[in-house]
Amino acid sequence: MIERISGTRRTWCTVMKALCYLSLILVTALTAFMILYVLFRGVPHITPQLLFTKPSTLRHTIGILPDILNTIYIVIATLVVVLPIGVGAAIYLNEYATNRKIVELIEFAAETLSGIPSIIYGLVGMLVFVQFCSLGTSLMAGALTLVIMNLPTIMRTTQESLKTVPESYREGAFALGAGKWRVIRTVVLPTCVNGIVTGCILSIGRILSESAALLFTAGFAHNINGFIDGLGSAGATLTVALYVYASERGEFDIAFAIASILMVLTVIINLLTGYMGRLMKRRNGQ
Amino acid sequence: MNLREFIDQKGYRHNPRRLMEDIIHMVFLILGLVAVGSVLVITVYLVISGLPAIFRIGPVEFLFGTRWASTAAEPEFGILPFILTSIYGTAGAIIIGVPIGFFAAVYLAKMAPKKVRDAMELCIGVLAGIPSVVYGLVGMTILVPGIRILFGVPDGATLLAAIIVLAVMILPSVINVSLTSLQAVPREYEEASLALGATDIETYFRVTVPAAKSGIFTAIVLGIGRAIGEAMAIMMVAGNVANMPSIFKSVRFLTTAVASEMSYSSGLQREALFSIALVLFLFIMIINAILNVLKTGGERR
Repeated sequence: MIERISGTRRTWCTVMKALCYLSLILVTALTAFMILYVLFRGVPHITPQLLFTKPSTLRHTIGILPDILNTIYIVIATLVVVLPIGVGAAIYLNEYATNRKIVELIEFAAETLSGIPSIIYGLVGMLVFVQFCSLGTSLMAGALTLVIMNLPTIMRTTQESLKTVPESYREGAFALGAGKWRVIRTVVLPTCVNGIVTGCILSIGRILSESAALLFTAGFAHNINGFIDGLGSAGATLTVALYVYASERGEFDIAFAIASILMVLTVIINLLTGYMGRLMKRRNGQ
Repeated sequence: MNLREFIDQKGYRHNPRRLMEDIIHMVFLILGLVAVGSVLVITVYLVISGLPAIFRIGPVEFLFGTRWASTAAEPEFGILPFILTSIYGTAGAIIIGVPIGFFAAVYLAKMAPKKVRDAMELCIGVLAGIPSVVYGLVGMTILVPGIRILFGVPDGATLLAAIIVLAVMILPSVINVSLTSLQAVPREYEEASLALGATDIETYFRVTVPAAKSGIFTAIVLGIGRAIGEAMAIMMVAGNVANMPSIFKSVRFLTTAVASEMSYSSGLQREALFSIALVLFLFIMIINAILNVLKTGGERR
């Protein structure tokens, strides 16, 4: 068959095919290069001193323990606030809403939110949470900004998994005399835990990689605090610390060390979401 | 109607469970409306804090002024350099990133063995998940010196470096969205084309791709949105000088203009930064609107 087509056609096919392979190789090489380069430059500089101390101007040492703690605090604070709102909104859309207009409005809002760049979240977060709510430049203000950013993610993943809960489950529970809230609490929510967990993992990924929105809301201090004090005071997350060390202080070794930690976390998060996706697919297949 | 009549009408007195259910319904409705409220708050705040400076400076001078000297003795606030840089930078990223993403998506959708596709899914996920400051860091240490040496310019932190970083950063969304739309093309289209004697490659590019064109277009618009909104990565590689854009000059984008001066700004300068954010927001809203049109158009088909 292939011999019977004309020369120009054959050349065209070969060129197109070559372009496809080339692009794919480029993308793969790029990913591999990013990972390996960052690890190669960063891992040698990960020392116990870096991981378990705070920066000291006296001894001229840099430690990222405060940044690690801040990152953990901000992840926890964000998830604690965004989960009820996001899951609740998804439940409303999927279980309660009867008015087409309201559903469209909420979905449109969620889509708009997911398209807004993080620098704008940073600005508005600064105006609303830092100044208007007078939280000051603090992890809490940063976390609340991230809540709005991650709301669409949690809503979407929860909604997707709510849609896979079979209608018969709900009908069965209703038939047994359960009220709507009871059905949601005892039947619907437990079956869509996977989707909620996926949303959490995705959100953690976004929080870890966020910098622009946190720069003006959470600031860049490097102090070790407890959870409650930490939320009330300014602090840099790992990503913000990376930016500060690389861009403003020229400490590339430290920046690469942080980058390699973030890189490993990114890979882990992707493996986890992939695993969750397969888990959900398998369950829906059954 | 007073409260008592309302309670009687709803039958809450005899049926407390219904009262509970209705309260819970209201709670969920409120949670659902948080997203709507957030969009409103963001819009209102940006407009309120962004408009005054535009009128104080003068809309024409602000939008079409070519000089930005916010801290000079006689400050000038012209943001045309930022607008043009954002447009050129985004266009450059699209020109480089979209073809690569497009061909990779065609390969993954149509030719890749399952193993390769699974591996690439992880690759693309990682590429999408890498924090933008890490892209900035790698750009700073490889691209910037590379461009300086390769093209013999005094400083490698240029628009070109920013374009390359942006091109890489939009790849995952371009690939993912095109991939989904290519996979959604009915198998019958391709079978018909193959039966008419077209080769498989011809089928993919002459039948499948045109059938998926609205999805691929969506991918491009999404890429534009990502590129125009990116701040930190390009702040680290673009040099951050308010020049009119040129490929080998240090430049400042709309996003980086806001980010770089915010921490020490005051007075009219600060208000002007909010105005820049408002302009950026308008760009994003236009892109969102185009995406919406594409989506509803796609659904109708």
